[in-house]
Amino acid sequence: MKKEFKGRNVVAGTVQTTAVVSKNGMNTLATFQKSLLANKKTVLGSDQNNPDLYKKEITGKAICLPKTIGSTTGGMVLQSAAAMGVAPKAMLFSESIDSIAAAGVILADVWTENSIVTVDKLGQDFLDYVKDGMTVTVKQDGTVIVEQ
Amino acid sequence: MEYKMFLTDEEKDILNGSKGEVMAKVAKSLVMYGEVFGAKRLVPVTAPSHLVTSFGISLMKAVFAIMDEINDAGVTAIDKFTVDPRPLDYENVKCNPLEKLVFGIMYGKQKDYEEQLKKTGLKDSNAFSCTCYMEEVGNIPKKGDILSWAESSAVVYANSVIGARCNRNSGIIEMFGAILGKVPEFDLLTDEGRKATWIVQIKTTKKPEAQVLGSAIGMKVMSEVPYIKGLDKFIGKELNAQTKDYLKDMGAATASNGAVGLYHVENLTPEAVELKEALIKDKAKVYVIDDAELERVKNNYPVIWKNADAKPSRCFIGCPHLSYNQLIEWTDRIGKELEKQGKKKVALETVFTAAPDVVAHFKENKEYYNKFISYGTKISSICPLMYMNNPICGKRAVVTNSNKLRTYTTARYYTDEEIAGIAVRGDIAR
Repeated sequence: MKKEFKGRNVVAGTVQTTAVVSKNGMNTLATFQKSLLANKKTVLGSDQNNPDLYKKEITGKAICLPKTIGSTTGGMVLQSAAAMGVAPKAMLFSESIDSIAAAGVILADVWTENSIVTVDKLGQDFLDYVKDGMTVTVKQDGTVIVEQ
Repeated sequence: MEYKMFLTDEEKDILNGSKGEVMAKVAKSLVMYGEVFGAKRLVPVTAPSHLVTSFGISLMKAVFAIMDEINDAGVTAIDKFTVDPRPLDYENVKCNPLEKLVFGIMYGKQKDYEEQLKKTGLKDSNAFSCTCYMEEVGNIPKKGDILSWAESSAVVYANSVIGARCNRNSGIIEMFGAILGKVPEFDLLTDEGRKATWIVQIKTTKKPEAQVLGSAIGMKVMSEVPYIKGLDKFIGKELNAQTKDYLKDMGAATASNGAVGLYHVENLTPEAVELKEALIKDKAKVYVIDDAELERVKNNYPVIWKNADAKPSRCFIGCPHLSYNQLIEWTDRIGKELEKQGKKKVALETVFTAAPDVVAHFKENKEYYNKFISYGTKISSICPLMYMNNPICGKRAVVTNSNKLRTYTTARYYTDEEIAGIAVRGDIAR
């Protein structure tokens, strides 16, 4: 069974990967800090206040979330994760992207070799439907297909 | 690449590499950023910038690489800029060997990063504070200035208390605006984006604690713009040193407990004085704050110390950094509390933080500085938040009067009055 959602491209691209879902805002610094500081090859969510992502593998996945929250360093953290090759492959926002996350994915796109495909405004239905482990396909036009 | 935004011929040339590859990437980042938020054009930055990234934290290796690219290309900010506080001050904020070891790993790039900042246009070696708008620091925009700033507490102050115009930017993006001398025009840079979508009615019986009031407002309105009514009854209608300090602390809490970039205070902040209720959008939501609501908000702060009854090991006062007047007030407050408890020195290691230039000003006041030192209190210019980010330091039982520090760390919040008592007594129990 699959369902299609249409959003707006922030950083356009095509990607197919597995979903990791955060029902609440993701604190970017808190989530990435531990793995990046330890120079890990794979980021495991380290924000104890976010049980949806805590200790879950994020590298190479599609993070599905409403928005990011927390420190204004969040954008730099995303860009650093991309430069280190440990970023998610996609960030899929149910709401309009926030300015911190937007800066991060744009910095990754312009200043690193590893873009994070980013689509926003996918709607609450998207966030209600997508679950951890589902296959997510992002198309060039901002269409997101979620398969169980 | 096709852009939707209107771009001048000069801007198009920069994007096409007329000023080199690095400037082209700087401009491209800003244009892409603006287009996400519907900006129709770039507008000139009209005052010096303030950057959030003051710390050479090793997890941001890629940021150092961008700085290298910028420095190697000889690209600099148009005006000299200020940055957030340094993370460390071993002289005034003591650390044990393990904490120092972790700090060595965390902020091992500090010296190199400060060199990169200098090459890019850092104002001077004292330009490290989150309150760059203090008289002593001197990065003070005028009403209507267009800014490229980050640091949420500084942005909300500049927008609300000064009436300058700045979006809530991410680190690096604000530096790009300082370099290009232009920022995309959207949201808080526009008249429409500065209108209030919330009316906050203050109906308390006494002056609300600034840090709790800001917290309540931030949690309710999140990133929207509130128009606050009834506060002038308690803090007056004049933007003097006391009201500015109050608004600084209240604003920092609105920005950290929510994501407020601008608030208006009826009869007090410049745009509210000028435009009055024309600043309020139709169908604005209403939030009434009374004594019970403030009590509810404060009582809901989680205690994330491992042992809720632990004896505190440190107290931080000054996030955001204190003004000169606040240092004087705190010296008096601690003095009175010592007298009340019949003591000569504080029992808890208590660190007050302020900008290096504000500390220098305070030290010139021999009478107060000598009293301050005699109480056993310490003064530093670090960022308490960066100190607490050290996981070993984060395990300490730290108390603070800062709602921002409470939000981002394990520090426990107390009101000004409570914290003076705790600092002198050395214990949270009454």
